[in-house]
Amino acid sequence: MTVPSPILQMTGITKAFPGVKALSNVDFRLFPGEVHALMGENGAGKSTLIKVLTGVYSIDEGKVTMEDKTISVSGPLEAQKVGISTVYQEVNLCPNLTVAENIFIGREPCKLGRIQWRRMNAEAEELLKERLNLSIDVAHPLQSYSVAIQQLVAIARALSISAKVLILDEPTSSLDQNEVKQMFAIMRKLKSEGLAILFVTHFLDQVYEMSDRLTVLRNGELEGEYLAAELPRFELVLKMIGKELKLLEELPKLSTEFKEEAGNKMITASGLGRKGAIAPFDLAIRKGEVVGLAGLLGSGRTELARLLFGADRPDEGTLTVETTGQTVKSPRHAIDQRIAFCSENRKTEGIIDDLTVRENIILALQATKGWFRPIPRKKQDEIAERYIRMLNIHPGNSEHLIKNLSGGNQQKVLLARWLLTEPELLILDEPTRGIDVGAKAEIQKLVLSLAKQGMAVLFISSEMEEVIRVSDRVAVLRDRRKVKELGGGQLTQQHIMEAMAGG
Amino acid sequence: MASRLVRHHLFWPLCVLAALLLFNLLYSPDFFSIVVRNGNLYGSLIDILNFGAPLMMVSIGMTLVIATGGIDLSVGSIVAISGAMACLTISKSSDQSSLPLVFGAVLASIALSLVLGLWNGALVAAARIQPIIATLILMVAGRGIAQLITSGQIITVSSDLYEYIGAGSLASLPFSIFLVAAVLIAASLLTRKTALGLFIESVGSNARASRLAGLRSNTVILSVYVFCGLCAGIAGLILSSNVSSADGNNAGLWYELDAILAVVIGGTSLSGGRFYLMGTVIGALIIQTLTTTIYMIGVPPEITLVVKAFVVLAVCLIQSESFRKSIAFRWAKRKYPAEQEAARHVS
Amino acid sequence: MFLNRKYVPVLVTLGLLAAMFAAGSLRYTGFFSMQVLYNLLIDNSFLLITAVGMTFVILSGGIDLSVGSVIALTTMVCASLVEQNGWPPAVVIPMVLAMGSLFGALMGAIIHYFRIQPFIVTLAGMFLARGLCYVISIDTITIADPFYTRVAQTKISLPGGFVSINVLIALVVVLLAVYLAHYTRFGRKVYAIGGSEHSSLLMGLPVARTKILVYTLSGFCSSLAGVVFTFYMLSGYGLHAMGLELDTIAAVVIGGTLLTGGVGFIAGTFLGVLIQGVIQTIISFEGTLSSWWTKIVIGLLLFVFILFQRVLSERRISIKS
Repeated sequence: MTVPSPILQMTGITKAFPGVKALSNVDFRLFPGEVHALMGENGAGKSTLIKVLTGVYSIDEGKVTMEDKTISVSGPLEAQKVGISTVYQEVNLCPNLTVAENIFIGREPCKLGRIQWRRMNAEAEELLKERLNLSIDVAHPLQSYSVAIQQLVAIARALSISAKVLILDEPTSSLDQNEVKQMFAIMRKLKSEGLAILFVTHFLDQVYEMSDRLTVLRNGELEGEYLAAELPRFELVLKMIGKELKLLEELPKLSTEFKEEAGNKMITASGLGRKGAIAPFDLAIRKGEVVGLAGLLGSGRTELARLLFGADRPDEGTLTVETTGQTVKSPRHAIDQRIAFCSENRKTEGIIDDLTVRENIILALQATKGWFRPIPRKKQDEIAERYIRMLNIHPGNSEHLIKNLSGGNQQKVLLARWLLTEPELLILDEPTRGIDVGAKAEIQKLVLSLAKQGMAVLFISSEMEEVIRVSDRVAVLRDRRKVKELGGGQLTQQHIMEAMAGG
Repeated sequence: MASRLVRHHLFWPLCVLAALLLFNLLYSPDFFSIVVRNGNLYGSLIDILNFGAPLMMVSIGMTLVIATGGIDLSVGSIVAISGAMACLTISKSSDQSSLPLVFGAVLASIALSLVLGLWNGALVAAARIQPIIATLILMVAGRGIAQLITSGQIITVSSDLYEYIGAGSLASLPFSIFLVAAVLIAASLLTRKTALGLFIESVGSNARASRLAGLRSNTVILSVYVFCGLCAGIAGLILSSNVSSADGNNAGLWYELDAILAVVIGGTSLSGGRFYLMGTVIGALIIQTLTTTIYMIGVPPEITLVVKAFVVLAVCLIQSESFRKSIAFRWAKRKYPAEQEAARHVS
Repeated sequence: MFLNRKYVPVLVTLGLLAAMFAAGSLRYTGFFSMQVLYNLLIDNSFLLITAVGMTFVILSGGIDLSVGSVIALTTMVCASLVEQNGWPPAVVIPMVLAMGSLFGALMGAIIHYFRIQPFIVTLAGMFLARGLCYVISIDTITIADPFYTRVAQTKISLPGGFVSINVLIALVVVLLAVYLAHYTRFGRKVYAIGGSEHSSLLMGLPVARTKILVYTLSGFCSSLAGVVFTFYMLSGYGLHAMGLELDTIAAVVIGGTLLTGGVGFIAGTFLGVLIQGVIQTIISFEGTLSSWWTKIVIGLLLFVFILFQRVLSERRISIKS
């Protein structure tokens, strides 16, 4: 038997956006009849690669061949025509149309321009049954079915266009366990039928359960291509984060000593959980303590933080703010109880585009005072000036519109917004992402000095050194589940990574 | 210095207004002449201010609504209802000029407008219906309510006191101008001297981030619709008192559209965020001057609509960033429409 | 049997119509007759045609405020060309239909390519068309052309009464629209775009072409309604069909079409127009009630239906998550 040749091959793909090189010289290949996982942390270039493949983005350099023919796709439609179909996590179908229509829209069986509904429904039913083992009423609107079934319908659509390459972009993120099983069974079936599947997921367990081959990207570059069976989990995590085993020595720890019984409790979560976001977890944060959250992208870090802040409602468990004895019902309620949350989505959940730096800084404090008791303008200016100096915000003009600042400086403005409310618990979600090294160190130092003054801090970051450096204790998350809590001598990169990778 | 002047938000609206006035001056040299008759000032400029008063009033309220990212289509109907209510109350009395009566009538109208504003606000904030759709309800039903109040007739009143609101003079100037000034100042103070303006802009610019910053956006949204209702109510009083009659069918017709136009010309973006009350007032004046101008040069006044159509389009196209970008972009990248899309979102 | 949920709003509308008609029949003598039913169609044929076009626009997730003005402009152009310039109707009518379609296409293109809200673009279109009427003339132009008067006076006998040619035109439009919406690819694309424009793009549907065609169709329907209106009124006037855009939108919404797009039926719109007609008829039969009650009742119905839609979509979201 000869070595099979890849159905799809991408060589030397380079793609730059203004100011960022999203992909540089990346190779990727996909064989028929395999499930190939594409792995990488934030900014690794996963989504850019997929968008290049589906014709959403053009490529600056490199070439894509499909069955030994060079192809150039400039849109989802053309990608479909050459046999590449994508199924996204947020199902990109029309919820108002019937199942059958969603499979066939744009290609409905017609006779003299008249859609033949009966034939279409029959074909849809057959397709779902034959290839996906799914029997549902195809004449019902898509929205009357669960997300899992909607995703299967999306796959059916791809198959009906006779896809040779199927891209599954986080298909399991919003499914429960049984649904995941069903999905996997279908993936296996399709694989055995010779389909090439590109599988993107944040769940490490699922990667190892399903994939034959892995490609790891980091910072827009190819880290390597591996057979799943030959790459231990731990090494995969190392490669994703970008470390060599030998370099895993201890870093100078900024956090002075491990506090066994530091301060009183600030907040306690017990059995707190939300379906599809994070499995029930216990967590207590004490005053004067920095608790780090470590985990890969999509492991449930942000989801956990949002529950603590009342931004999302939990399905189960209790959350108690020990200083007030109350729970947290809404962000406003959290702020009133001295909790602050600096979101990782700066653009959509943080800055208010149209407002100035000064206004962005005072916003949360003003919100707690209500509209009728404005902070006098002079005091606003003083506050803005003070924080601009303290956090070294550039440009140092409080009347600049925040949208014109760089990402790092926007981050500092948001930090200022929350510090101003004098929180007792500060939740920082990726506070140093996209910030230069100097500013990073400043923020880390600031966090420690705040803790020293008695503030409780929950510090979330995908950079492990940083988490270790500032935290007294680290909670590790994997696959939407809190798996371990490490403190004291156990707080090493080795231990954290082992917990992140799991067994 | 010059570039700062050009970039000031009032620069372009003022330029347009100045150009319109200049055209009028060239066309009819006595356009700017103001004469004193019976101790009152008369002239085209005064007319523009006087006739433009209701529109300015409505537009001020509309500005705040649009700043929160909403829209209020029902203002025209509220104008009609408020005028009808006041005239009905007054017309039923034998002594139409008595102070308590007129005062009561005005109060009743204003209370009614506040309730109608509250209705809109509740639909948008509490029931979470899209603003265009929510206010459409009152836009349709409101005309009927106004006609119901007037019984489909034009109610005329003969009350000197009521007439004073829309046609009287104070310190040689039309009284309505003072009303507009008062509401403008009140709105400015309320938004700029308290934190309300900040909250409105914050909610309009990024509702999600505002929620996470602890703002109670529902209260903010509710209050702007109530305020907008109030402004429309006062405008209805001015309008009906100016002609001493209430016409449920035609009073305030097209006002919602003119007001939206005034707000947009004034520099407030239809997608919400930063708002400019002074800009809106100038926008309303531009619309009024345009009407006057067209009237003066002897073209049927209805043709103003054609001009307005082009103004609406021009202003929106200039404001729309995607328009400017798409022109630049279209040449650079003709393929990959989705990337164009993505680029738009990134910037 | 489990009732397909998508038909619920239309069935509610049908029930409402039946209840209103029954109430009218019980209360007023002479209400329950075929001719009353036919009159509903005769008096609302132009509204029906416009509403059909509007249904497609709303299904696609847009809105068209220019319909009333386009009707007025059509009557004006027809009247002026036929009466004042002596053009034959056989030339004028196809011409105004083309004009209306082009007008719609232009608005659609601006909406799609410059990404300005449909509300604003069609508002400008409304101003423009209304203004252009007055450029032609500020006064009414009466049409005395023999072709027009003949069409206007033709009565087509049906069991229990008669209808006008306008009614036939309107019914043909409705039937064609039902076919277009449910049995052609174009129709399904309109639904798809209304359901999710983003998804439609990713599924490779021609979003730009479909959206522009939708507004073209609405422009065509409005101008056809304008032609029908000239048969009905035998005049051209800049104040014709004032505020008709609101009646049209109300008819579509009462007919069960979701204002956010993607869900609705032409048949529902047909019922929505009839409901408006029945309200008017009841009010005219009542005698003491005045015409403004129509607006109030329609506003009330709008409120109920919008809230109803809101609750339905809320439930849908909760099922999903």
